[in-house]
Amino acid sequence: MKAKASGTTSVLKRQRLRKINIWCWVFMIPAVLLYVLFLGYPILSSVFYSTLDWSGMTSNAVFAGLDNFRELFGDKYFFNAVGNSFKYMVICVPFLLTISLALAYLFNSIIKKGAAVFRTVFFMPVVTTTSIVGIIMMFIFGGTGSVNQMLGLFGMKPVNWLGSGDYAMIVVVIVGVWKDVGTYMIYWLAALQSVSQDLYEAAMIDGANRWQTFSKIVLPIIMPIGGTIAILCIISSLKVFDLIQTMTNGGPFFATDVAATFVYRTAYSSATGTPRLGYASSAAVTFGAIIVAMGIIGNTIKGILSKRRTV
Amino acid sequence: MKKISVGKIVIYLVLAVIAFIWVYPFLWMVSASFKTQSEFFGSGLNLIPQAFHFDNFIRAWNNANFGVYFKNTIIVTISVVAIVLMSTSLAGYVIGRYAFIGKKVILGIFMASITIPLVFTVIPVYELLKELGLEQSLIGLILAESGGGHVIFLMLFSSFYASIPNEMEEAATIDGCGFFQTYAKIMFPLAKPIMVTVVTMQSIWTWNSFLLPLIVTLNNPEIRTLAVGLYALRGENVVDWTGIAAGACIAIVPIVILFVSLQKYFVDGIAGAVKS
Repeated sequence: MKAKASGTTSVLKRQRLRKINIWCWVFMIPAVLLYVLFLGYPILSSVFYSTLDWSGMTSNAVFAGLDNFRELFGDKYFFNAVGNSFKYMVICVPFLLTISLALAYLFNSIIKKGAAVFRTVFFMPVVTTTSIVGIIMMFIFGGTGSVNQMLGLFGMKPVNWLGSGDYAMIVVVIVGVWKDVGTYMIYWLAALQSVSQDLYEAAMIDGANRWQTFSKIVLPIIMPIGGTIAILCIISSLKVFDLIQTMTNGGPFFATDVAATFVYRTAYSSATGTPRLGYASSAAVTFGAIIVAMGIIGNTIKGILSKRRTV
Repeated sequence: MKKISVGKIVIYLVLAVIAFIWVYPFLWMVSASFKTQSEFFGSGLNLIPQAFHFDNFIRAWNNANFGVYFKNTIIVTISVVAIVLMSTSLAGYVIGRYAFIGKKVILGIFMASITIPLVFTVIPVYELLKELGLEQSLIGLILAESGGGHVIFLMLFSSFYASIPNEMEEAATIDGCGFFQTYAKIMFPLAKPIMVTVVTMQSIWTWNSFLLPLIVTLNNPEIRTLAVGLYALRGENVVDWTGIAAGACIAIVPIVILFVSLQKYFVDGIAGAVKS
């Protein structure tokens, strides 16, 4: 009798569970569709496209095996573009991380009055359209733009900021840092809020000065989140596209051409005539793999460091 | 005591100077948009225009098609926000409250694609739109812009829904609410704070999006968004700087206003992203 009862309850329970499972998947359908159609499937087909000799204009794509990759690894423009992506990242990241941390610390622990207003100001560039900011900056750093006029006031000669390769990269980095520093400031502020106010007071009682409090007490506590912030910063700097496409178009003479602008140009606005979707895909796949690898390496290093810290 | 306040004054002064440099490009843009061409070239550094001319705005809105671009941007942004809000709320609800078969796998797949750059997927996305017959159309752009994993929003929704006490759900079940009704009548309305964050963040991202609309509108200027429209205008017309400045204002001012009025939610969302 008893066994039978528990048998029926378990059947009921199983039915209920199945119903819940079905409902759950019904609820997941829109999200899964949006993922599969516009992210999952494109990731896989990018890999497939990279093996095709295909312009994208016609349907006659020819399977070319690894030919695209063979050509890519001999393409000095591709190496130049990947090199520039890394150059941009390597110069940007230290400035982004330190300036944003300084601002966050200032607004979290040193000044209180007006901090909200300043925070809004430093965050403003983040929410504005990058492609439009790029065009405005093109004028500001242009031949007769504000920067050169300012230099003129101090009796200095105008500089051809965007016309010379060395300066163009510097200008792009300056604008990139200006644009993104607010994001990392917010990340650091979130990290700093996890430091209890008691620690600051204890440090003050122990006679630590501001710098000691920061470097000896606060910094070690926020370091784990700092690792995550650094990885995010590295990856998003490597992805730079909008700003460079609109400000310099990769020029002058490919001096600011990054991986993303290389892919875009090869796929959609080839100056040499026919677009090459297959070849562009192989560049995108290679660069995507580099970024994913950077993420994995970063997380591994972070994991090792945090393990060592707890031991 | 006095020494500290002197130090603070120095900090505030330095901050004020940096803050001015920070907003200078926006001030320059707004000021240039009201200037005449001759005034623009004559006194570029002067931030306050001699008189406020609206000719630049009228020219940008009518001749340079910014009226159409503005309408397109609004349509795309609202549609994308609605689609993303609905799909991430539904998914976040079941992820946060239920253990179902395949949940870990699907979340793992979503998380794994977080670092994939858009440039990696944009070529197949466009080819897919072509196959659906939606390339060079607003609907295609809306769908492509809504696509993706939206992991941040899923996390925000799921941790919110997970924090709702079970009693609420039990009470709803006793009242005769089924699975969907419990969600639609009880849970979804409770998630208002998360909704505001999602709406704010997604509006800003969609409004500012560049690469996807650039490619989808390559052969159809009529469906350009503002971000692409200004880029195209610069390509076609290099002389009309004040017109371009006015176009930039039309594109940027609405999103800045939206941000300043809802910044708490945007900032909370960004901060939440790094914590999880």
